[in-house]
Amino acid sequence: MEDGYTTADGRKIGAVVMEMKNITLRFGGVVAIKDISFDIREGEIRAIIGPNGAGKSSMLNVISGFYVPQEGEVWFHGAPRPQLRPYQVAQQGIARTFQNIALFEGMSVLDNVMTGRLTQMKSGLFAQAFWKGKAEAEETANREVAERIIDFLEIQSIRKTPVGRLPYGLKKRVELARALAAEPKLLLLDEPMAGMNVEEKEDMSRFILDVNDEFGTTIALIEHDMGVVMDLSDRVVVMDYGKKIGDGTPEEVRSNQDVIDAYLGVSHD
Amino acid sequence: MFYREAGDFSTSYPEDSQTFPIKFDRIRYYIVLAIAFLVVPFIINDYWANAILLPFLIYAIASIGLNILTGYCGQVSLGTGGFMAVGAYACYKFMTAFPDLSMFINVILAGVVTAFVGMLFGLPSLRIKGFYLAVATLAAQFFLVWLFNRVPWFYNYSASGQINAPEREVFGIIVTGPNTAAWASYLFCLIFVTFAAIIARNLTRGSTGRKWMAIRDMDIAAEIIGVNPLKAKLTAFGVSSFFIGISGALFFAVYLGAVEVGEAFGITKSFLILFMVIIGGLGSVFGSFAGAAFMVLLPVALKVIGVDVLGWPTDIVAHFQLVIVGALIIMFLIVEPHGLAQLWRLAKEKLRLWPFPH
Repeated sequence: MEDGYTTADGRKIGAVVMEMKNITLRFGGVVAIKDISFDIREGEIRAIIGPNGAGKSSMLNVISGFYVPQEGEVWFHGAPRPQLRPYQVAQQGIARTFQNIALFEGMSVLDNVMTGRLTQMKSGLFAQAFWKGKAEAEETANREVAERIIDFLEIQSIRKTPVGRLPYGLKKRVELARALAAEPKLLLLDEPMAGMNVEEKEDMSRFILDVNDEFGTTIALIEHDMGVVMDLSDRVVVMDYGKKIGDGTPEEVRSNQDVIDAYLGVSHD
Repeated sequence: MFYREAGDFSTSYPEDSQTFPIKFDRIRYYIVLAIAFLVVPFIINDYWANAILLPFLIYAIASIGLNILTGYCGQVSLGTGGFMAVGAYACYKFMTAFPDLSMFINVILAGVVTAFVGMLFGLPSLRIKGFYLAVATLAAQFFLVWLFNRVPWFYNYSASGQINAPEREVFGIIVTGPNTAAWASYLFCLIFVTFAAIIARNLTRGSTGRKWMAIRDMDIAAEIIGVNPLKAKLTAFGVSSFFIGISGALFFAVYLGAVEVGEAFGITKSFLILFMVIIGGLGSVFGSFAGAAFMVLLPVALKVIGVDVLGWPTDIVAHFQLVIVGALIIMFLIVEPHGLAQLWRLAKEKLRLWPFPH
């Protein structure tokens, strides 16, 4: 387990990429996350599940730098991460999507995907003002990457459409495209399938598996659809009322009594 | 029928991301440029220059500046008049301190000074948004006007408290002062407008523009994809103020020649530029031109119609002018909140299919 493991379908999972150590997050008197530790390994699909209000999204917000935990440390690539602003976290190679879509509605799909490349674009204001030299070359090089992602997610036909005009399912896909354009080391997906019909869920699941397979991207995702979670993920963390109640492969989690109690309820008598 | 993109294929990414990807637009752009540079200077007279072309060009620069800040980066500003005043006074100080300097350099330096002042007043934008930021920039407006009124150093201790543009040249051609030829001041402003528009367009179609628009559309999401919000907002304030400063410098040195700060750069100026940006279209360089043209041409057109055509008394026409301009602004906001640029866009989309819409 130290240097990774091999999954049931024969994929090699590498060393620990990110480790949460005894994270506690409080909002005033409310404890959103209580002393939670888990790790995310290279190349795996890690699911975080739990009933509503369990603290899953707060956990993701801690990873992406929106929330500062009162206690505990986030370890990234084997070293404790100092307190970073969200944009610094992004520059370290962590990309994410949001539960309620957070796209730039006034911009075209292509521009939205290109914003995912912003961390890679370093030309100065003057070069850009005259569209010469580095600015132009960089624009073209990054456009190529963005177009590869657009191809991959099959959204070529809506490239120039303003995002505001797209239906919900496509918006979700564009948001994934924007996150992927950053070529992240770790991809955080907050309910990528919320509000989708079965067909859209199947598409999205396929994309998530493909991303993991083709780019080798490590993925941490929050999802409510148990069928999807059990099929997609390699390991699952289960949270309830801010506490971790289960951690392991989908099979282990499924047979865990605490998890069953949390989901089905248990009589208090 | 005339406006077609069929048969016009981009085969490379640079071709696709150029300013005018459609050939027809590109050709029209070159024709407009050619007329503006090669035809107009020969037929211009003092009336056209002073009543229409100079204010149009100068306000266009200011609108481009404010459009970058408000239209592209989403930061509302009511300090435009104050920043124009910074440009004007900086230009005046450079003109009087270095009499041999080319007027080009004076104006650009004035823009640079304004950019720094703008960034300073943009600092609160990290913490406050929307209406509150508008009020903070309003403070900049009043403070700057007060400053230029009260500190005699800025107007070189002149008795009237005004600043007067001395005669200055560019390559031996006089561009400021009372002896300027109409074509010289026109061309001088036109060069700045052209560069302002090109630079604004280049910035907004590249990564800087995407950062600004990301901040405008959703600042939290912008931060999560790696945009440093403070840096993005301050660049927007800087670039925007640079253009506004240039426009203020030209307004003072080339157009008016003599300026009393409260009168020329008061709060009404801030609102005028804001109207131009809103009527023209937020987030569009073309819209800045359309808005400036609308606000400059409309009063002139109404005056011509009222006084010269209908023969009404001048004072009545002047009052009606205010009423009609106000009513038109309201009408525009209701009919097309995205401004003239959106109307233009819709017209183009219709034209692409015309005359067979199905």
